[in-house]
Amino acid sequence: MSEWWTYSLSDFLMFSQRSYYRLIALYNEAVWPTHLLGLAVGLAVIVCVARPGPQMRRVALLALALAWAWIGWAYHLERYADINTAGPWFALAFGVQALLLGFLAARPHGAAPARMQKQVALGFISLAVLAYPLLALGGGRAWGQAEVFGIAPDPTAIATLGVLLGCRAHAVAWLIPLAWCAVSGATLMELRVGHAWLLPTSAILAVAAGLLFRHSRYSPP
Amino acid sequence: MTPDSSRRRLLQTMLVASGGLVLPSLHAAPTAVPLLTRPIPSSGEQIPVIGLGSWITFNVGRDPQARAECADVMRQFFAGGGRMIDSSPMYGSAQDVIGEALQAIKPPRLFSADKVWISGGARGPGQIETSRKLWRVPHFDLLQVHNLLSWDEHLKTLQAMKKQGRLRYVGITTSEGRRHGEIEKIMASQLIDFVQVSYNALDRDVEQRILPLARERRIGVIANRPFRQGDLTQALAGKPLPGWAAEIGCTTWAQALLKFIVSHPAVTCAIPATSSVAHVRENLLAGTGRMPDEALRKRIAQDVERLA
Repeated sequence: MSEWWTYSLSDFLMFSQRSYYRLIALYNEAVWPTHLLGLAVGLAVIVCVARPGPQMRRVALLALALAWAWIGWAYHLERYADINTAGPWFALAFGVQALLLGFLAARPHGAAPARMQKQVALGFISLAVLAYPLLALGGGRAWGQAEVFGIAPDPTAIATLGVLLGCRAHAVAWLIPLAWCAVSGATLMELRVGHAWLLPTSAILAVAAGLLFRHSRYSPP
Repeated sequence: MTPDSSRRRLLQTMLVASGGLVLPSLHAAPTAVPLLTRPIPSSGEQIPVIGLGSWITFNVGRDPQARAECADVMRQFFAGGGRMIDSSPMYGSAQDVIGEALQAIKPPRLFSADKVWISGGARGPGQIETSRKLWRVPHFDLLQVHNLLSWDEHLKTLQAMKKQGRLRYVGITTSEGRRHGEIEKIMASQLIDFVQVSYNALDRDVEQRILPLARERRIGVIANRPFRQGDLTQALAGKPLPGWAAEIGCTTWAQALLKFIVSHPAVTCAIPATSSVAHVRENLLAGTGRMPDEALRKRIAQDVERLA
């Protein structure tokens, strides 16, 4: 397209809040009870980051790689693409991120996080795994529209930022999760969803924490 | 001639004289109150002043419940005398949702308005054919170059289709006040039947140059975003309707906002989008009864500016 500057953010909002959450509800219905597996994997990731070590790091990154691959296919390509023409591109980005996370998991273990860094990382992951599904109820929506780690992209992106922070991962691995926080945050803002601020705020705080702890040293528990 | 039909003829004559609005023919779909029509300037064909947009509202994916609701909206629209439905390849699943509903409803007098929205003229025919199949129609009545994207190349394609009898009308679109200068140049230099622009009681830029130019060049005007995508009706919700509303038979702000638009002599029709059967009924009522005159139109604009 040669006239991008003539478009505003609202021009790219192609669906209503109702259609968006109906899509999530139908997706949840179709993949249930995979949510229980998602929740179990999310809790396992929390344990892995709480007890850093080469094996734990590998497990957490592999779990995330699988989650990104699944969401890219089952959510973006199979469902979101129905109401958003960018769906296939999002699926591709999620696939690339899955490969990146898989590559990181296969690499030798780098530096372990400082204690504070680990706690901040755990904060992000706990928010994504334990608190994010409750936002549906807080926003007056039904349980069926809850967004669960490993199933829905938004909590998975926040949890990924937490794991990348806890693993002191290379900056390249941050790019797609951060971009998704920006894209999805903007979409939710245009849809006037109450918690739209959460994704961009998490992204900014995760980057700030990553920069803050960049030179911090490993502190044994 | 019955007294009723002579009264209808008299009313038609009066309304034509007062700005081109006419009552529908006696062969139109039965409606409780007749929906007013306007002539398409390039052909004289009458078209109801209220159409149906599909941006956002009809992009519901594969959701069967939401698709059924959209079909209900279309059923009500046609039953109320509506004809023009407008969509675009930019609107996600909307074209397919419309096509599925059309297949079920089989409306007798559809006016199908779609768009071409793709970079490069060579890719236009392929996209138009994909759109036609999604709509499940033999041909489109109107095709418009969406947001002027590759307009010079696409207009050649559309004019060739019209010449071959595969298309009845050609148009261009913009929204939210974008690229009005370029729109004017195209209106002045190209043979087009329709221009689609954003026009409502607050967004009135087009009154300065585009609407007068449309009248001068005999180009039909389709008004999009009549409620600013719901923001306007939301802002006015709960605010009491001024006294003039009753004078023009309006019981809601939405009707007043639509009457403001379609009473402009250059406007052919407005295309409010909705996913609610109640709203489509309400919108169609705005295309009936008395329309505001110029003085009242100014008052409506002032009141909306003050209250919204």
